[in-house]
Formats: sequence, structure tokens, C-alpha cells
Amino acid sequence: MSVPAAEVNKTGCTVASLKEFLAERGEVWREVVNAENTLCAVNQDIATDDDRIVDGDEVAFYPPVTGG
Amino acid sequence: MMIVLSMVTKSLFIRRLPGAEMNIVVRIGKADFDVGAECRALASHSSQSGAVVQFVGLMRDSNQGDDVLTMELEHYPGMTERRITEIVELAQQRWPLFATTVIHRVGVLYPQDQIVFVGVSAAHRHDAFQACEFIMDYLKTEAPFWKKERTLTGEQRWVDARQTDQQALKRWQV
Repeated sequence: MSVPAAEVNKTGCTVASLKEFLAERGEVWREVVNAENTLCAVNQDIATDDDRIVDGDEVAFYPPVTGG
Repeated sequence: MMIVLSMVTKSLFIRRLPGAEMNIVVRIGKADFDVGAECRALASHSSQSGAVVQFVGLMRDSNQGDDVLTMELEHYPGMTERRITEIVELAQQRWPLFATTVIHRVGVLYPQDQIVFVGVSAAHRHDAFQACEFIMDYLKTEAPFWKKERTLTGEQRWVDARQTDQQALKRWQV
């Protein structure tokens, strides 16, 4: 698993609109953000599509967890 | 694949300090653990400790009909520790516990290696059994870890989440 990090200038938007923005960047991004079971965390708390993102926030998209 | 974005300026990390007064220990790392030492540590917090329940998860050498040679575990540093601490706090609100320890290994592991440890101490066994299982069920479904296995045929694949783990969680949500 590679863990690419990126800086995005898209402050004040919702998680849903960030997903749309990222999906336009290319196939790899589209697959990750649009997968049905992809989870989102903002500042390391689980977030939903309606949550707002502001300057300085850390946003992560990841698949269902398989630890333990 | 996990993507982490930081929005324009430096990431804002909000980290709570683990509740030392609640005797919560959460350790994520490559190092193995000693179950006996953890048991003694859990019992040491109160002379009223009458029960220590521990769960140890081990790596199996097969999955979905294939021989598995190695397993590589990844996590989301920061969020993983935080989420586990929150799960332990939920358990402590539900059952009277003296101490709780959660250890989860990351990196490359081999069959029969210890992966995860959940241990709790309480006055009585019922609370300790329940709390240990509760923490383990939540950890399986909510703590951000991912397993990648390498099989005998050389295939590398990410392990899929199990529906049965989601079902296990439901019995606590009443």
C-alpha cells in the first residue's frame, strides 16, 4: 500500500465536493474516493459526505479496516 | 490504498492524552509482547482485582483456502491510537474496570506470531469477559489497520473485511 499525501487548495467545501474534485484528477483517485465502501476521516475522526472541511484539516480516505 | 490529504496549511493534529488515571495503555508497534508480564501489570492496579481476562490474536497460516506465508500490517498513525483509546473509554463506561491494555503489532508477521492483545482487569469475571470481547469487536471493525497477505503462490493481496465482524458488533449496540 502506498500512502500518497497531497496538499489541496479546496477549503470551505464538503467531503462530497472534495471527492468530486479529486475524482477529476485521474483513475486512481476516482477508484478510491468513489468506491462504495471507502471511509473518510477528517482530523482523524470518521466523517460523512456532508461534513465541511476547512483550512488546516487533515482528510483521509481508506477502505474497510481488517486489523485484529 | 489510503490517501491522506492536508488542506493547504500544516495539518492540525488534535490529540488527547491517553487517560492515565483510567489506567489505559495503548501500544502500536513492531515489537512483540509478553502475555505474562501484561497480566501482572493489569492485576497490579488494585488489590480488588479479582479477574484478568486477556485475548491474544495470532496469525493463521491459511486464508480462503490458500497457504499464507507472511502478513503485513499497516495502520493510520495517530488515528489508530486515538480510536482504540475511545473504544476503551466506552468499555470503561459500561463495565467497572481497573485497567485496560491494548497492543497491536504492525509490519511483517509470520504464522503463529502474536498480532493483537486485549487485556482487562476487574473485580469480577463477568465484567472482564464482556469488556474484553466488546473492545475486540470494536477494534476489528473501527480501528484503522489493514492486512496484506503473501501466499505460497507468491500472490500479494489485501485482506477483505468480514461481514461476521460487523454482525459481532451489533450485539453491543442496544
